[in-house]
Amino acid sequence: MESVWTRLESLLPHVQKPARYIGCEDGSQHPVHGSGKVSWLLTYPDTYEVGLPNQGLQILYEILNERPDAVAERSYAPWSDLEALMRSEGLPLFSVDNHLAATDFDLIAFNLSAELVYTNVLNCVDLAGIAVRSANRNDSDPLIAIGGHCTFNPEPLADFVDLVVLGDGEEVVGEITEVVAEWKRNGKGPGTREGVLRTLASVPGVYVPSLYEVSYDGPAIVEVSPKYSDVPERVEKRTIADLGDWPYPKSQLVPLTEVVHDRLNVEVFRGCTRGCRFCQAGMITRPVRERPAEQVKSMITNGLRRTGYDEVSLTSLSTADFSGIDQVIRDTVSEPGCDQVSVALPSLRVDAFTVGIAAQIQRARRTGLTFAPEAGSWRLRQVINKLISEDDLFEAVESAYSQGWRRVKLYFLTGLPTETDPDTLGIADLAQRCAEIGRAHNRSASVTVSVGGFVPKSNTPFQWFGQNTSAELGRKIGMLRDATRRNRAVQLKWHDPKATLIEGIASRGDRRIGAAIEYVWRHGGVFQEWSEHFNHDLWLEAMAACGLDIDWYVHRHRTEQEILPWDHLSAGLHKDFLWQDWRDALDQVGLEDCRWTPCYDCGACTGYGIEHVVASATPPAGGSQGTGVRQAPEPLIPATLQVRAAAAVPST
Amino acid sequence: MRIRLKFTKFGKVRFTSHRDVARMWERAVRRSGLPMAYSEGFNPRPRLSFGLALSTCHESQSEYLDIDIDPERADQIDMAEILSVLTQHLPDGLAAVGAEVITRKTPSLQQAVTSCTWQIDVIETDEETAAGAVARALAADELVVTRQRKGKEVTDDLRPQLIGIDILGPTEDGVRIVAELGTKPRSIRPSELLSVFEPPLRERRVTRLNQWITDDLGERREPIVCRSVASAAVGAT
Repeated sequence: MESVWTRLESLLPHVQKPARYIGCEDGSQHPVHGSGKVSWLLTYPDTYEVGLPNQGLQILYEILNERPDAVAERSYAPWSDLEALMRSEGLPLFSVDNHLAATDFDLIAFNLSAELVYTNVLNCVDLAGIAVRSANRNDSDPLIAIGGHCTFNPEPLADFVDLVVLGDGEEVVGEITEVVAEWKRNGKGPGTREGVLRTLASVPGVYVPSLYEVSYDGPAIVEVSPKYSDVPERVEKRTIADLGDWPYPKSQLVPLTEVVHDRLNVEVFRGCTRGCRFCQAGMITRPVRERPAEQVKSMITNGLRRTGYDEVSLTSLSTADFSGIDQVIRDTVSEPGCDQVSVALPSLRVDAFTVGIAAQIQRARRTGLTFAPEAGSWRLRQVINKLISEDDLFEAVESAYSQGWRRVKLYFLTGLPTETDPDTLGIADLAQRCAEIGRAHNRSASVTVSVGGFVPKSNTPFQWFGQNTSAELGRKIGMLRDATRRNRAVQLKWHDPKATLIEGIASRGDRRIGAAIEYVWRHGGVFQEWSEHFNHDLWLEAMAACGLDIDWYVHRHRTEQEILPWDHLSAGLHKDFLWQDWRDALDQVGLEDCRWTPCYDCGACTGYGIEHVVASATPPAGGSQGTGVRQAPEPLIPATLQVRAAAAVPST
Repeated sequence: MRIRLKFTKFGKVRFTSHRDVARMWERAVRRSGLPMAYSEGFNPRPRLSFGLALSTCHESQSEYLDIDIDPERADQIDMAEILSVLTQHLPDGLAAVGAEVITRKTPSLQQAVTSCTWQIDVIETDEETAAGAVARALAADELVVTRQRKGKEVTDDLRPQLIGIDILGPTEDGVRIVAELGTKPRSIRPSELLSVFEPPLRERRVTRLNQWITDDLGERREPIVCRSVASAAVGAT
């Protein structure tokens, strides 16, 4: 095992931003490898600036390095300039900690948070000097693993990865380590690779695609069945019961060079039960598990002191829902030594109460505040179960402008199920009315509207919905452009419908899509999530060359009976719950947040014998709170709300 | 109260940019608990001002910055401890090696520094070739470089800014040169100097050895008189 640093060092003066390849971050570990230790290379298949802040990767990096039987290092996709030099000099993919070659590790584990990075996974494996198809790998090659939200439909990558981890990684990485340690002790001899994968397949939360046979009838899947009787028919996700047991990262990495989200991040809860039907994250991370308030406070104060950051972000899928959020924030900003610290809430709820919290803490200039109503009409918001009333939005916007903010940003999706042109045009109408509210306070007030095309995801009620074509999405965006063109206070931005189409291919694709991914990669299609590299025509060419029908994969509505490519993988949600929620969506029937109301048995708690961990028995104050009905300004216990006995306050 | 600090930059951290180094200092000062002064306004920033930028990939044994101290807490400053406290909070490769209290009337580093001494290791050449190139440059009346500035081509004569140059001798794979280059009206980069040589020379590793302030009488001194200088080996990783 030899460091490649000296060879890399001579290339770095010739590339852009060489600091992203040196490591040396404050908080970086100094792993000491040994024959008794299983070595993990945790890889983010995008640039360092995008990958370094990833909290999932940092959490596993610490947990593994704390184990006596494991070491973990990090790697990121090299930018094209360095990649070209690496290929011409024969330098392999390397870790940024000890600058070791990727093949010096027992496992290479990728974090997948978006579909367009899939070709980068193949590129990284190839740069490591390993066969991209798992069937062609040698016994002693590193095992290629993937984790993260995209793994709830890993089928498009099934032929390229050895194992897939579903759900929270905190516990399962230890169990995988133990299996691989045994394999390593026995010398990873010839013919043992399939054996270790079979043992790994028996670890709950681990899916080994090569141990399953998929049979087809024409385009349709007939069956996905395990090849051996000891391989589970259905793989369930992993869920940690209590976030309070996992106060990670303890030493968040502080990079030497600029990265996205360059601030302290403290995860205040995991999971969300607001039940927005388009949101995969909210569906697959259930139940809600709040971090104890005391632990949040100590992670903030220790983190700020250690890192020297002057900004902390309280992360979750909807931070204003954290029990007692206002108290936590008040305590943070009044802490001695924190007088120059600003607090960021990346996911603001749409109501005046939330804006009030933001006003308390925003120390920096009040330039912009972001809300996500997601759909332009109340009708469509009922369909997607984002039950924000117009009053909620207007009160939030009024509150923002009156407290000094000058720009409000509104996020919307277009191409949602049942969407009609009046629904779409409702986006322009809402934006213009928000701008009017703003102009009453400030003549230069403006509204930025950001519109994304909707991509249906696996394990959500919308998994059966046929995605809009890019022509249709383009038409809707054009309609919004026309409707907002004359209003100078409204700026419209949109996501490229062509990229939306390609995301749709990978999002609900099956194993046969792998051929197209490989085709795109072999024809130079990497960094597809970067607009300067994205190559729409190459994807169309790949699909045609592989005999794959885009219309069938992306735009077709699925039926209840159809076997979906991910049906053998479970996020805990009952398929009949999802189907019922899909029917309810079409009937415009909303579903309440089960944190504060009786269980409707989606399966995420009951199936795994776990519960929500929330400190407050009542919903937070303000707005209609996703119920569509006004909530009391002070939190009271409404008669209809019940809290299940076991949803107790977590112990610290 | 204003403190002028001298620091070094060696090893892997040389691949970070000037802006990166500024951010590292901001965080290190905050962590050290040094009572920095902050700017006024909506978005208060710590008042740090840096001297001449050092190019990414170059090392240095004499970088400088000025830090403003909160006047109400200036008595908390322990000048005996300040270097070790700051170095402890800086990333590996950056070290504070000198500190001096200056007055608000002291000209800023950007204004005051007039020249820098550079150690330039060049490769793919031998001592004789390099010596010939250096001699021709010294004998030339003008050394013209062309560069792009705001989309237009600009030509500069480097010759008046080439204050001194010496061949120190061979290295493992080339030749070591030491040169003093002027910074007024603009800083001349070592790579620009190498490009005007005939034949042009290729840099391997560049280290800033000194920054100089030359007064009206032609007296040359460094921005601070170092109280303690860590013996940083030139070119060490």
